[in-house]
Amino acid sequence: MSEPLGGLLSAPPSIVAAGVEVFSTALRQQGASVTDVDWRPPGFGSADDLTQLALDPRRAAANRVAVERVLAAGSLLVDVRPAREVLDLPDRMLLHSGPPLTWETASGPMRGALIGACVFEGWATDVADAERILAAGEIALDPCHHHRTVGPMAGVTSPSMWMWCLEDPANGGQAWCNLNEGLGKVLRMGAYNDEVLTRLAWMRDVLGPVLQRAVRSRPEPLDVKAILAQMLQMGDEGHNRNRAGSLMALRELSPSIVGVDAPAQDIADVLRFIGGNEHFYLNLGMPTAKLAMDAARDVPGSSMVTVLSRNGTEFGIQTAGTGDRWFTAPANTPVGLYLGDYGPEDANPDIGDSAIMEAYGVGGFSMAAAPAIVRFVGGTVPDALATTERMYQLTLAENPAMQIPIMGFRGSPTGIDVLQVARTGWLPQINTGMAGRIAGTGQVGAGLVQPPQACFEQALAALAQESRAA
Amino acid sequence: MSDSPVRHVSLRSGVYADSVRLMQVSREIGDRPGVHTVVVAMATPLNLELAAGMGVAPDGEAKPDQLLIALTATDDAELAAAVAAVDAALTARADRGEAQTIPPRTIGAGLDGAPDPTLAIISVPGQYAVAEAADAIAAGRSVLIFSDGVPVEHEVALKRAAHDAGVLVMGPDCGTAIVSGVALGFANVVRRGPVGLVAASGTGAQQVSCLLDAAGVGVSHVLGVGGRDLSEAVGGLATLDALAALDADPATERVLLVSKPPAPSVAARVAEVARGLGVPVRSAALSPEQPDLTAAVEALLGDLGVAVPEWPSRPGTADAVPDGAVLKGFYSGGTLADETMLIAAPALGDIRSNTPLRPELDLGTDLAARGHVVIDFGDDALTVGRAHPMIDPTLRLEAIAGLAAGGEPAVLLLDVVLGHGADPDPAGALVPALRSAGLPTVVALVGTEGDPQGWSRQADALAEAGAAVFASNAAATRYALSLIGDGHE
Repeated sequence: MSEPLGGLLSAPPSIVAAGVEVFSTALRQQGASVTDVDWRPPGFGSADDLTQLALDPRRAAANRVAVERVLAAGSLLVDVRPAREVLDLPDRMLLHSGPPLTWETASGPMRGALIGACVFEGWATDVADAERILAAGEIALDPCHHHRTVGPMAGVTSPSMWMWCLEDPANGGQAWCNLNEGLGKVLRMGAYNDEVLTRLAWMRDVLGPVLQRAVRSRPEPLDVKAILAQMLQMGDEGHNRNRAGSLMALRELSPSIVGVDAPAQDIADVLRFIGGNEHFYLNLGMPTAKLAMDAARDVPGSSMVTVLSRNGTEFGIQTAGTGDRWFTAPANTPVGLYLGDYGPEDANPDIGDSAIMEAYGVGGFSMAAAPAIVRFVGGTVPDALATTERMYQLTLAENPAMQIPIMGFRGSPTGIDVLQVARTGWLPQINTGMAGRIAGTGQVGAGLVQPPQACFEQALAALAQESRAA
Repeated sequence: MSDSPVRHVSLRSGVYADSVRLMQVSREIGDRPGVHTVVVAMATPLNLELAAGMGVAPDGEAKPDQLLIALTATDDAELAAAVAAVDAALTARADRGEAQTIPPRTIGAGLDGAPDPTLAIISVPGQYAVAEAADAIAAGRSVLIFSDGVPVEHEVALKRAAHDAGVLVMGPDCGTAIVSGVALGFANVVRRGPVGLVAASGTGAQQVSCLLDAAGVGVSHVLGVGGRDLSEAVGGLATLDALAALDADPATERVLLVSKPPAPSVAARVAEVARGLGVPVRSAALSPEQPDLTAAVEALLGDLGVAVPEWPSRPGTADAVPDGAVLKGFYSGGTLADETMLIAAPALGDIRSNTPLRPELDLGTDLAARGHVVIDFGDDALTVGRAHPMIDPTLRLEAIAGLAAGGEPAVLLLDVVLGHGADPDPAGALVPALRSAGLPTVVALVGTEGDPQGWSRQADALAEAGAAVFASNAAATRYALSLIGDGHE
């Protein structure tokens, strides 16, 4: 620093004050510039743990390393392949969203999706048979996150499903996600009727192969991150609103799709399917965020969140400083608006890996980019701006690639710091779809939700423990 | 519920609202008591399926760019009202909402949003102060920690981090600082000038800066470093950083180091570093050999070639001090209490205290002990759950009344500290208490004419109540000793 003490002695001090108000008043009376902190005791965490982490000499540098990896990560669409090949999935294993679970603890929509996948794969002859083999433990269950994979809502991924294959040119990472089925009665929302199974079969037999050939025929891989950046300037937030992104993805992919040597009817069906699905992009955005968050894994001393995820029963988080360890607690139920006759009593607790978008700083964190979303809870445009303002105080950086026009093109608030969550008492804001709590129902609405505080309490305690041991 | 609900199903072309808006409208209409089912949605295949499931599918072909309004209600009147309500809801102008500002909740967020901040001031409860201070250091900003109750190992960690970051930690428990003329916390309105103070003592710094002001000499900065900085545990970390900063500061020509009695090894190390600086450094650290802040100021004035003035005072009315009177020093400033004990001990012998010169003289909790006693009412143990005595005089006023009631012959010696942050009219509360007590009283009045309370106004009021008033605590102590000495004769 050129001047001693950062120029403290060379001019009247410009002050930021936290605590007793009389000091600020006295300073203002002397004409000093004072910014008051609206300080309050931490929302959770012992003073000892908070102090331990605040004084950990590794923390600032570790968090910088972690968040810079997140910001540097890119996302290129390089292939579309069946999960069986991509993941080397053993037969009779299904991936699901969120932290680990068992059939016994699985919620309605999760069970519905697992049942549907067993029938779809031909492992069960019908629903009852699927329930039987799942209950008997004949089907292995494992979180998507354990396989560099993310899945929206139930996230159930079976060997025959096709997956987007994305690569991060900056960090060399890979991430995968299945293809979005559309809205309403869909497997990811827990529906498994014939309509769902028929669609999945078509996706397996027509959509997947066409997309594979289309993606492979492109001269350059599709820059998926660039689409996300543009979406934020077009009214999307990349989690619950993917309209512009889906159209842009369609625009980018259509020439290659049309160029695929396949029956014209199949090509038309594929284009109609993509064009009719406002959330088509979500399954490209999620692995984009996954690439970035995985790049920040295993940075000792970092208190940054790398995973926010729910399995319909529990919410789970992971941090850069605690590796693959899950911190879980019962998931909250979203608040929002319901389709048709459905109401709050029909909604399942929070479900899906899609909160990876919030971990990456979009979705609820970039609510200001998509004010339409706050209307799910009767909010106003200023509410959307306020939400993003709060999220800046939870995060380590602003992502210069993800600019929010109404915030003066400020970068999205990126890299949730567990310590800042504790100190502000504000929980991350998540935008989400709502699945029906009864297996087979499908989507019942969409809205807003927050993680249970207990996840962050556990993570804070574990980070402090690790810090003491370091 | 009626057995035969009536239904309305219509499709409108050329109307579009997004799905969130339409779900909102549906819910609003669905909340009407007479309404059973509602679908207000664009006629997409998904929504048509939902409507069919609810038994309100439109007849004929529907297109996705048409708006489907499908309702069932208890009777025709309810139905008509509901359809009208749909129209009203679709055309209603949304409440724009009030603009909100989200204030920062942490020092880190505050520094992030403030224009070129240079200093963080923290007065949150001590157990939470470290995280806030660490924010400032991480942001490359100096920090003043007013909070007390910060464990010494955390103080050391913060000061090491600050040193590495090239910034200063003032405190913890730093009550007094002046940076470029701006008083932070408890500080007096003093003129600006060439003397930089590094102070491990708040009231010590106030005494010194006020005396300098009375001599016409100003201060460049007063950098408080916290009362423990010159302890063995902290090792003078902030003192050394503050000395280096003042050495580099063009406004500072001389430095005076003010402290309670320091750890000898730390004092030696600081002295050694100070000798290597360009700026001359004089120590006013208290010790049995150097018990007197006023003398240190006078020596500094000598260094500057400034004549020592007659320090302001007001004569008291105490002429009849009873034989065997003891000294009762009731202080709000810890360093001033130390100075008083160091000056008085050679004349009086042992003086008991809650902050004693030697551990065996500890009063414990017996503030009404007989004999020569000096009490620091600003000590942490006496400020738990209450404000500092410079703001809240209650405890000291009670002690004065108790002393008068106890009947032990005594000379009452008080400090009264003026300036920013202090009681706006300390004499206002003291004068009736002194009149009522009727004890021979001496007051060390630390302040300046420029202070909000005004030195002379306070001095006149206290003198009016019979107290002898001195701007110098050393002079006040010596005067009190002379009264006791007179009593002995």
